[in-house]
Amino acid sequence: MAYDLSQEDPTKLAEFQAKIDAEIKIEPKDWMPEGYRQNLIRQISQHAHSEVIGMQPEGNWVSRAPSLRSKKILMAKIQDEGGHGLYLYCAAETLGVTREQYLKWLHEGKAKYASVFNYPSPTWADMGAIGWLVDGAAIVNQVSLQRTSYGPYSRAMVRICMEESFHQRQGYEIMHRMMQGNEAQRKMAQDSLDRWWWPSLMMFGPHDGESAHTSQSMQWKIKRESNDDLRQQFIDKTIPQAELIGLKIPDPNYKFNDITGHYETSDIDWDEFWNVIKGNGPCNKKRLDHHIKAHTDGAWVREAAAAYGVKQKNKLQTA
Amino acid sequence: MDNQGDLWEVFIQPKPGRPFKHAGSLHAYDKSMAMEAARDLYTRRGEGTGLWLVKAEDIVASQPEDAESFFDPADDKVYRHPTFYKMPEGAKHI
Amino acid sequence: MNQELYQYTLRLADTALILSHRLCEYTSCGPFLEEDLASMNTGLDLIGQAEAFLKYAAEMSGNTNEDKLAFQRNEEDYKNFHIVEYPNTDFGYLVTRQFYMDVFNYFNYSQLVNSKDVTIAAIAGKAIKEVTYHLKRSSEWIVRLGDGTAESKERIQACLNDLWMYVDEFFETDEIHENLQRQGIAADLDVIRKQWHQKVEEVLQEATLTKPEGAKYSLVYGKDGGHTEYMGFILCEMQYLNNRYPEAIW
Repeated sequence: MAYDLSQEDPTKLAEFQAKIDAEIKIEPKDWMPEGYRQNLIRQISQHAHSEVIGMQPEGNWVSRAPSLRSKKILMAKIQDEGGHGLYLYCAAETLGVTREQYLKWLHEGKAKYASVFNYPSPTWADMGAIGWLVDGAAIVNQVSLQRTSYGPYSRAMVRICMEESFHQRQGYEIMHRMMQGNEAQRKMAQDSLDRWWWPSLMMFGPHDGESAHTSQSMQWKIKRESNDDLRQQFIDKTIPQAELIGLKIPDPNYKFNDITGHYETSDIDWDEFWNVIKGNGPCNKKRLDHHIKAHTDGAWVREAAAAYGVKQKNKLQTA
Repeated sequence: MDNQGDLWEVFIQPKPGRPFKHAGSLHAYDKSMAMEAARDLYTRRGEGTGLWLVKAEDIVASQPEDAESFFDPADDKVYRHPTFYKMPEGAKHI
Repeated sequence: MNQELYQYTLRLADTALILSHRLCEYTSCGPFLEEDLASMNTGLDLIGQAEAFLKYAAEMSGNTNEDKLAFQRNEEDYKNFHIVEYPNTDFGYLVTRQFYMDVFNYFNYSQLVNSKDVTIAAIAGKAIKEVTYHLKRSSEWIVRLGDGTAESKERIQACLNDLWMYVDEFFETDEIHENLQRQGIAADLDVIRKQWHQKVEEVLQEATLTKPEGAKYSLVYGKDGGHTEYMGFILCEMQYLNNRYPEAIW
């Protein structure tokens, strides 16, 4: 989706870039290049869909949560994810595209969501790993996005970061408890890390050189830090957390580099990454089918609510 | 054609006496539903004690292209600010 | 231990617990995002109520705790109303189940705030605020669906009719209840019955719906450990980790 910037008015474009460079936020009614708008439509809606589809792997365990406390926490967390999806849909709507249209694009497979949610959550430990790793990776990205140049997106991110802060902690707490538990629990926790480690590193997207949108997004300050930089931040903070509770990082080559002060890891299996994005992950079909089913099953309710809403409006007008 | 309801803007008063502040938006099909959705979505962590809901289409917003004529003329009216005035040394409670 | 008070507390606890479980299951299945999140709020309120009552029951019993009570009892030891076991099926059933239950909870807790048992009164004092909101929401949905489209009217009427068979159980008293009522601990179910029917009639009238006709159904009530066929499956899920790893702490 490369938009030809030469089509834009050069004066307006220069003014726009000057605002961005001066850290002045862009608001919905402000002039913006079509490429900027399209880039935001893609990124914010993808982010919104990710939050909403992300409710599913955790929803898979809410009816099997092992204690009242864990059930409450998990439910509150899933609810937050949905709420974040909602904030983001609303931010995306300020770009002149309706919620109806965003959902249609999702259902038609035209819009993407974070590929990590196409992995299954077969064990309770996955509730730990998702919170700790997946939310942990997301928060690194989201903290950075609080400074994004588009006002509504930035405001949604500030609110989301405020609410997300407990998510990673609850995930890590689950892992910690399991590592302190019996042999079966420790095995379950390690197995879960083994399965989620690489997908969570993939969440940051392709290497900077191969990312289709990175350079333009960075120039417009839609993205504030590159995929590889954010991934490194995540790796550096997560490895010591794993070691602290006795989990092994599933990478024979990882080591700390004293000179750079960063961890080095093996390269990601990019074939796997692209294969899941293409739709061949274990749960791509399941996640989308579930969303479409809930949407279709709810059509009569939305129609009724809309019809009732119109009746109420008419009553007020004739009263 | 799918209908996801109207877009509403949510304003929260953090506590009595404070001004209402824009918190975000939501979709709802009627007034009660909008109010309840706002309660369920935007006050889950004790964010406020009061809510205003306004249908987005009912908001009248200033236009960015009017910004210069609207807001710049206020810039040179410094006499509207208390710091513009010079008080004699030693004057108190003023 | 006061066996009667213990049983009564479990009845209150288990109805909230199983209904909250059903709402948990509905996660990500709502007709639109806002509603999905709103019904999870109701679910969270109900888990909180269940937890408070189970904690109280566990204190009375002495050698257990609220989690063991929630996740490790046998089916016949759960004392909830049948209606909360009814599957989510579709949004209409979810709303109807909630509405019938909310009307009862509202009038029940309205009395229990004055219970002579201070713990029950305190829990009811917190719950009544939550339940007042639940009832507002579920009543409004009944009206929207009743007075919405022809399809929604037909569907919600069918839900009201189908779940009607579970309503009588709310008001059925027994020796335990009568004794506690005499002591000023439990609510007067005859009063609630009248209030319940009046409120339901009011809402259904506004919704242009018909109140279902009563019949006497042969059920072994929840207070006697009777359950629907759905309950076993609920417990399979709910108790899965506790059953599989009885010694583990999560």
